[in-house]
Amino acid sequence: MTAAFPSSVQHLTASRPAALRIPSAVVLSFVVVALVIAWSLAPGLFTSYDPVNGVPAHKLLAPSAQHWFGTDQLGRDLYARVVYGTASSVTSALIAVSIGVVAGGFIGLLAGFLGGWVDIVFARLMDVLLAIPSFLLAVIIVTALGFDTTNVAIATGLSAVAVFARVMRSEVIKARQAAFVEASFLLGGSRWHILLRHVLPNASRSVLTLAVLQFGLSILVIASLAFLGYGDPPPASDWGLLISIGKNYLKWPWLVYAPAFVTIATVLSVNRISRWLRKTA
Amino acid sequence: MAPQDGLTAILPRAGITELTPPLLRVDGLSVFYGSNKVVTDVGFALGRGKSLALIGESGSGKSTIVRAVLRLLPDGAYATGRVLFDGQEALALSERRFRPLRGRAIGFVPQDPGNALNPVRKIGAQAMEAAALFDAPGKAGRKALILETFAQVGLDNPQRVCDSYPHQLSGGMLQRVLIGLAVLPRPALLVADEPTSALDVTIQKRILDLLSRLQQELDISLLLITHDLAIAAERADSLVVLKDGVVQESGSPATVFSAPASQYARKLHAAVPALNPDHYAALRTVGFNRMDAGVAPKIEVSAVTKTFKVDGKALTAVDNVSFNVPAGTTHALVGESGSGKTTTIRLLLGLEQPDSGRISIAGEQIIGRSQGSLRAVWRRLQLVYQNPFTSLDPTWKVEHLVREPLDRFYIGTRRERAERVREALANVGLGEHLLSRKPAALSGGQRQRVAIARARVLKPEVIVLDEPTSAVDVSVQADIVGVLLSLQADLGLTYVFVSHDLALVRQLAHTVSVMHRGRIVEHGTVADIFDNPRQPYTVSLLESIPSGTTAVGMTVPPAALKRSITMTGLA
Repeated sequence: MTAAFPSSVQHLTASRPAALRIPSAVVLSFVVVALVIAWSLAPGLFTSYDPVNGVPAHKLLAPSAQHWFGTDQLGRDLYARVVYGTASSVTSALIAVSIGVVAGGFIGLLAGFLGGWVDIVFARLMDVLLAIPSFLLAVIIVTALGFDTTNVAIATGLSAVAVFARVMRSEVIKARQAAFVEASFLLGGSRWHILLRHVLPNASRSVLTLAVLQFGLSILVIASLAFLGYGDPPPASDWGLLISIGKNYLKWPWLVYAPAFVTIATVLSVNRISRWLRKTA
Repeated sequence: MAPQDGLTAILPRAGITELTPPLLRVDGLSVFYGSNKVVTDVGFALGRGKSLALIGESGSGKSTIVRAVLRLLPDGAYATGRVLFDGQEALALSERRFRPLRGRAIGFVPQDPGNALNPVRKIGAQAMEAAALFDAPGKAGRKALILETFAQVGLDNPQRVCDSYPHQLSGGMLQRVLIGLAVLPRPALLVADEPTSALDVTIQKRILDLLSRLQQELDISLLLITHDLAIAAERADSLVVLKDGVVQESGSPATVFSAPASQYARKLHAAVPALNPDHYAALRTVGFNRMDAGVAPKIEVSAVTKTFKVDGKALTAVDNVSFNVPAGTTHALVGESGSGKTTTIRLLLGLEQPDSGRISIAGEQIIGRSQGSLRAVWRRLQLVYQNPFTSLDPTWKVEHLVREPLDRFYIGTRRERAERVREALANVGLGEHLLSRKPAALSGGQRQRVAIARARVLKPEVIVLDEPTSAVDVSVQADIVGVLLSLQADLGLTYVFVSHDLALVRQLAHTVSVMHRGRIVEHGTVADIFDNPRQPYTVSLLESIPSGTTAVGMTVPPAALKRSITMTGLA
């Protein structure tokens, strides 16, 4: 009775139950995202400083216990500005994702379910959209609509429509061919019933993970557009705008580091959650 | 170790006498997946040139044992115990020392031939790879050896096979190719993991014949893994019956098969349709009585033809098919894949429209109806799919799944529907605790019962069953067949049962149509077909049923029969 594989794999003993537990990195990601959402809902709970009116005597202070992220050139608390800027950054990302999911999902659903010429027309249209770099597309749209954070959100959402449409279409085609769809048809289900109750729930799983991923990406795109000055003008404090202003004061680098760090942490957290969702789904 | 090295299997094994120890000896083998013990203290011995079958249902650990022997366990799994292959401790060897054994001394035939070859490379190129494993004389020599081996495994035109891609060959041919590749280096041991479960019955028999022949001609030991007790008893010198990773019983086929001692082996024996043709006789008599009473036919199919266009060529999938099914009886459509069974039932359900002919169910014409009026027919006509893993929406709960047809046809009040769902589930032997489960939390057998409950909840008069047991284990199959027949006896349901498993058909059908290439070649009552077949094709199908008796002396079928078998090898 010699034991085989002496070196082997004892450490993987816990691999099965581990699939049910949430990895600690994902827990941390959820904490970060929850904090960011809380900032955007009730910024007043997290800071007592005014994000708009500063104290000129306190300008350009380094991070300290009083001012966690330091202060800017007008003596405003940077932490307060980041917290108050969250609302527009996160809300616009949510608007962008909603536009992408609803419009893209609807187009993909119709194209995949109806097939035929509907599919051909929509699929080619989406190919054209995909051929244009999405950031460039967003810039074009926001230029046409006018410089404003809501327009930036709409532009970002529209540029993501094609991605959602594509994923939804392929998922719908896959679900439509499943035996349970034909079974529902035989059980007396109408086309609408099959589309809404069978095809959509089965197809929406991967669209959901894509939406979370796209949320992180939208935060980045919106920050970039704000950085380039396509969003609301100061004293608004979108994260991208804060970075853009901070880059003029290179001697006081926390003006760039603080908002950049918050943006990066948020996007990484969202990506980690999306990856986790994709694995568990 | 040195003297044993002289016996390594790549060399000819001519001088070995009966005094030598068994080729493969497994002692106290346990396999763990993490902390789960999936195989417990398994031991068996396989002599040179002998054959041994590991028998068990899915999850019994039979494939895991083979993986442990081949040292192909996945990450996270490890084995303890002793595996002696040709005198060497296989589990203790380093991977570098073991690798030359795999492929050369131990050949492996996988379960599904369709997945085992690279689809984008020609067979010949892949065979050259296998031939490169051992020291053949040069490229031309290897090529010659490949062609010779392919001829040996019964491939008619080896050169053509070499020039083909996997998708251009039928399942039976692919399995021959794989067997050829496995025996190419003249291994001492051939491991076959359910080599025929993805194949038709007639092809199954020929593949098994081939394995038996090679075993004798090349003096190879055969380790056969199967869930079919009849196949195992017919082909192996000794049997090992497994359940949950524990050996239940082992010994010669004569003892294990004819006089099973363990309770599990007895249960397995009782579940094999081929061995118990009259298992459901009491339930089935009800239907025979209905037939004798001369009830009106519930289903009338007359002269139906359906042609598909494939690559510009017309392919007649169903050719002038007619049959009648008396109410409250079971009609079986049997045939190999591609014989038109599935197309026939799709026509019956109105999912496809035939080119010509008439189909009526309970006096109502099916053909030429609109969607809306077909819906009314489906209330009385339901289908149970072959694969319960794809026919139930994975996002729905059992209660919702079974209630769906009631909701769709607006039957009863909410409370009445809930009551009928419970009743339907109870009818198929499922408890109420399953109501809130999703399909992923059910076993294959439970899923198929849910599918049957869903078809039954509308109280249809006719249920079409498309190979409803081909995706489940034999004992589960026996349960499902029992459920179906008691429903029929109690409620007078009419079944159309599609299957390629003649032994199963013999157990449950009242009348049978044998289909071959879109035509019904023979039809009649079960007794007519099974006791008195007239067509050579039917005879060949019947011959293919594994009977559990050893295959000695039945190697050469009559000439007429042989011809018809060759015809059935659909490319």
